[in-house]
Amino acid sequence: MKNDKVIYAMYDDDMTLLAGAKELVAKGVHIRDVFSPFPIHGLDPVIGIKQTRLAICAFIFGLVGLSLALSGMYYFMIVDWPMNIGGKPNDFFYQNLPAFVPISFEFTVLLAAHGMALTYFIRNWTLPGVTARNPYPETTNDRFVMEIHPSDSHISVDDLTEELKKTGTILIEER
Amino acid sequence: MDFIFTKKAKLIFSILMLIGVVAMVVGFMTDHSDHHNRFWANIFVNGFFYFAISLGALFFLALQYATEASYMIALKRVIEGISQYIFVGSGILIVFFAAGSFHLHHVYHWMDISIMYEYVMEATVGLEHPEYIHELVDGAIKNSHFDKIIAGKSAYLNQTFFWIRTLVYLGVWCYFANLFRKRSLMEDAEGGTKIHFKNITYAAIFLVFFAFTSSTASWDWIMSIDTHWFSTLFGWYVFSGMWVSFLIFFVLISIWLKSKGYLPNVNKSHIHDAAKWMFAISFLWAYLWFSQFMLIWYANIPEEVTYYIIRIEHYKVLFFGIFFMNFLFPMVILIARDAKRQVGYLISVGCIIFVGHWLDIYMMIMPGSLGSHAHIGFMEVGMALGFLGLFLYVVFRAFSKAPISVVNHPFLDESNHLHI
Repeated sequence: MKNDKVIYAMYDDDMTLLAGAKELVAKGVHIRDVFSPFPIHGLDPVIGIKQTRLAICAFIFGLVGLSLALSGMYYFMIVDWPMNIGGKPNDFFYQNLPAFVPISFEFTVLLAAHGMALTYFIRNWTLPGVTARNPYPETTNDRFVMEIHPSDSHISVDDLTEELKKTGTILIEER
Repeated sequence: MDFIFTKKAKLIFSILMLIGVVAMVVGFMTDHSDHHNRFWANIFVNGFFYFAISLGALFFLALQYATEASYMIALKRVIEGISQYIFVGSGILIVFFAAGSFHLHHVYHWMDISIMYEYVMEATVGLEHPEYIHELVDGAIKNSHFDKIIAGKSAYLNQTFFWIRTLVYLGVWCYFANLFRKRSLMEDAEGGTKIHFKNITYAAIFLVFFAFTSSTASWDWIMSIDTHWFSTLFGWYVFSGMWVSFLIFFVLISIWLKSKGYLPNVNKSHIHDAAKWMFAISFLWAYLWFSQFMLIWYANIPEEVTYYIIRIEHYKVLFFGIFFMNFLFPMVILIARDAKRQVGYLISVGCIIFVGHWLDIYMMIMPGSLGSHAHIGFMEVGMALGFLGLFLYVVFRAFSKAPISVVNHPFLDESNHLHI
């Protein structure tokens, strides 16, 4: 799809874009993506973006954190070097379990949060030093841009431009 | 839309109440514990549990007002309706405390005057009312019932001060429950924003008062059953329990009302939001339960561990069981977004943790009142059902007295279009 034409339509209001997107989708136009400074409420189902799977990642990272913390403490505090803290029995893991809970909790949160953030950055390729893939820097400020590949929905560029003009766009560009 | 309290519902609740009355009568006859403590402690468990739900509703309502939250306005009358049980609930609590004051039960050890005095006049020992004194004088001997720890708390735990506090809590809470209800009905009739803005002030005043009194009330009423023991965290633990009990009931009753065709403007997002609350406050409860337990377990100071020793020695399965039931169960099942939007999950989890939080109150009150002899039998189950019937009856009556969806509120339209 190297030679695929891309149409960018810019808006100055998120609600105009949302209304426009609804009209276009109703006419069978597939919208690849939307660039916006903030999440536009209700846009995802309109343009057919699937529910994020980030939450599942977070859950898995959390489980990894929990098991790492518990197995680590089991090795340090029960197997390798049992310590007498306040006379508490330390022969078995469960006897010291209440003391391990805060650390397990913290480590679960630590891994879940960091893992989730890193996954997000890598998936979007917005790591420090990486060139932005955003076609219009204005979309980080006060502009909203729709990205449409006419080949996705078998519509001619002219027809699409015609349709886009009706939705109140302020700029249409072909790249 | 008006809620209709059907004859069928009335019949079901009356049958539940009848079961409760039978359980109370039979229970009272067959209760051979000291001073019918088992019977009275049961009154308190149920009286407090359902009272706490309505108090949680009042708190939640004030929270919505003070934060000017819009999302729950479509369900405001449901919250309000639940809070209207507080008057009946207060009455039951007052009966229970009065019974203690008149020595009809010994749930509160500190209400017994004989343990507060170090000396007793020798000539009066054995009489019905021996003469107790603080100082050693001629003719006085050591009082064998004297309890130094409880006597040390007598400046706070004495009947006069206890009754003043109790009546102030109940009076102010009932006042606000009535005030919010009245103003809400006024808002329906008048509209506008005047009432809404004034409600913020009232709610803020209530929340400040509630922040103190929810703690002190749980010390006075529940923590003082285990008179020797204290925990500064106890108030929040009870508070989180009452909050989550309310949320569970709120979610369940909202789903039921919606399934009956009331609340046409309530959509999946409202239920989702309420379920998020239920999920989150289950964590708050578990956090406080565990914080209290772990600190006391770790420090292992004799005067602090008494509360846990009796519970772990005699009620191990139940005591740790409710923790897993009320924490792990909602956590594992309700963590997914889709689960919070499906009524099947919410109903099954809700029903189980509703019982779980009843058992939590049971675990707070029973071991202190009955020692190692508490068990769940016909009386416990029957009275819990009876009080449930009474509670539902009062709440449904409150639902039927006003439109089940508010007519006027500045945020009503916003709430009706809630989408998450």
